Amino acid sequence: MNRSAFEDTFFRLFKVASIIGFVIVTGFPLLYMIALSFKPISSLLLNPANPFPAPDEITIASYRQVLTPLSQGGAGFLGFMANSLILTSATVAVVIVLGVLGGYAAGRLRFRGRGAINFLIIVVYLFPGILIAVPMFIILTQAGLRPSLTGAVIVYVAIALPLSLFVLRNYLESIPNEIDDAALVDGASRLQIVRFITVPLAMPAIAAVAIYVFVAIWDEFLFALLILVERRDLWTVTLGIQQLNDLNGSPETVLMAGCVVITLPVVLAFVFAQRFLVDGLASGGVKE
Amino acid sequence: MRQCSHNNGSVTIARPDERLALALLAPAIFAMTFLIVLPIGWNLAIAVQRVTLMSLRDGNLLNPFEMEFTLRNFTRVMGRNDFWPLVLRTFVYATLGAGLATLVGLWAALVMHRPFFGRSIVRGLLFVPYVVPLIAATFLWRTILAPQYGTVNAWLGVLFGTSRIDFLGARSFDVEIFGFSFALPMALTMVILFEVWRYFPFAYLFILARLQAVPKSLEEAAILDGATISQRFRYVIAPELKGVLLLVFLIRFMSSFNEFSNIYLLTGGSGGTEVVSVQMYQWLVGRGDPGAAAALSLVLAAVLAVTITLYFQLAMRGRTAL
Repeated sequence: MNRSAFEDTFFRLFKVASIIGFVIVTGFPLLYMIALSFKPISSLLLNPANPFPAPDEITIASYRQVLTPLSQGGAGFLGFMANSLILTSATVAVVIVLGVLGGYAAGRLRFRGRGAINFLIIVVYLFPGILIAVPMFIILTQAGLRPSLTGAVIVYVAIALPLSLFVLRNYLESIPNEIDDAALVDGASRLQIVRFITVPLAMPAIAAVAIYVFVAIWDEFLFALLILVERRDLWTVTLGIQQLNDLNGSPETVLMAGCVVITLPVVLAFVFAQRFLVDGLASGGVKE
Repeated sequence: MRQCSHNNGSVTIARPDERLALALLAPAIFAMTFLIVLPIGWNLAIAVQRVTLMSLRDGNLLNPFEMEFTLRNFTRVMGRNDFWPLVLRTFVYATLGAGLATLVGLWAALVMHRPFFGRSIVRGLLFVPYVVPLIAATFLWRTILAPQYGTVNAWLGVLFGTSRIDFLGARSFDVEIFGFSFALPMALTMVILFEVWRYFPFAYLFILARLQAVPKSLEEAAILDGATISQRFRYVIAPELKGVLLLVFLIRFMSSFNEFSNIYLLTGGSGGTEVVSVQMYQWLVGRGDPGAAAALSLVLAAVLAVTITLYFQLAMRGRTAL
């Protein structure tokens, strides 16, 4: 067997082994989470080696526990989800509006200082949120906005806006200028162009930003902890799981049910986004 | 070409553009200035003042013009015995986390590059670690690795008869190879592995995109010349990927160096996993000392400034700009 034939065989086997390895490390945890959430806790404690429920012991007790309101002795996840939903939708709305307006100007209009603005957008985009933790903590404390959802939205806008501006600017810059010029010739104002031409054309990018920001804020932990922890009725899903576990030490099965519940909206968002992104691209008005 | 024709066409509307551009950008610039740029800069002012959470609650405004200048925060933060070990640990965490995530991402990209049966399913699965909410991912790991009823410990117990291992709590574990025995950090290794597991899909995505842009003719020519798989990787593929690998590493390094949530949720910073951002949180909330927290955050900012400069130089030089 020469070297080439040896390598062909070796790497073919290596590739198969790698694929199996990747499937296990990515798929098993997901399977584990779902399996455990349907298993009675007593059965797990009896035999921790088997996380999978037997067909006759599958139970939704963990989900009931997770979704029952706090006042009735449950974990109150619907309340946490409502808070998270308020925070994410408010943040998405603000950063999309500011991102489309600012991105249109920075990407498509000619003005003095354009280079400086674009540089600012990239630098701010690269700086991580943790650097505003101390100042924001102080400002919100002094303004009486801690704990409050308003305070959290202010911080989340600060975290998500750079990404929105960065992505939308890049996308809008890539749309041919001829479309705007044609509309200008037809007598449309710039704002009409943004509203009726740019926004529909940029729908794939807008959807992508909306999904990304939704997931990022849904998932955010540090600032939720800094701003909202003192009021239980303001907890987000992330804070809810962490605090409930740290305070009460919830059973593993209930924790996993909670994890499945907060993962579902993210999965739905991606499924929804996929259809939306394809539609947006298919209905694009540019044919070169 | 488009640039030229556009310039000609827009000469007449140059002036209204100017005012409109500023009007459209105003809200975004306002938000970025007051919510990001000024607060980051304000860290400096907070770091050189005496400030406690108590004084904040009394409505005592922090005014940069009336501040009482002091370097006390720096001497307290940097004078601790564990300051340099803390910085070193953060570097180790970020370097290994980012480096291994990049390498595993490369591995995944090479495996996924060519079609095979079931590739679309595997492709979907590869995103699981990155897409699952962080809180679910960390609690999943904590549950699987739990010393008491964790599945991994149950399996290890059956297979090797080991006693309950506290993966996320123990500081170190002993390894014996070829008669040499030495201790490796345990919890720190686990949080690094988590970082790699969570972020290799990110690296994979960028590297695969670059890999598929490598002209097929290059590899075909190498095959005709009789190059083996490893030679083709070494002389054809690797040089093409160098730029994207470095960029992905830098991006990951920047965010790993500032990582707070992963570590805090997995270990709470115990078992030898405390990094700069976790200690910063302890100063801010645990000890109610924003001044010290701000002083510590300047360490993060300094490392970040260096990395961003590197990133820009790299992005400018190569055409692999992201």
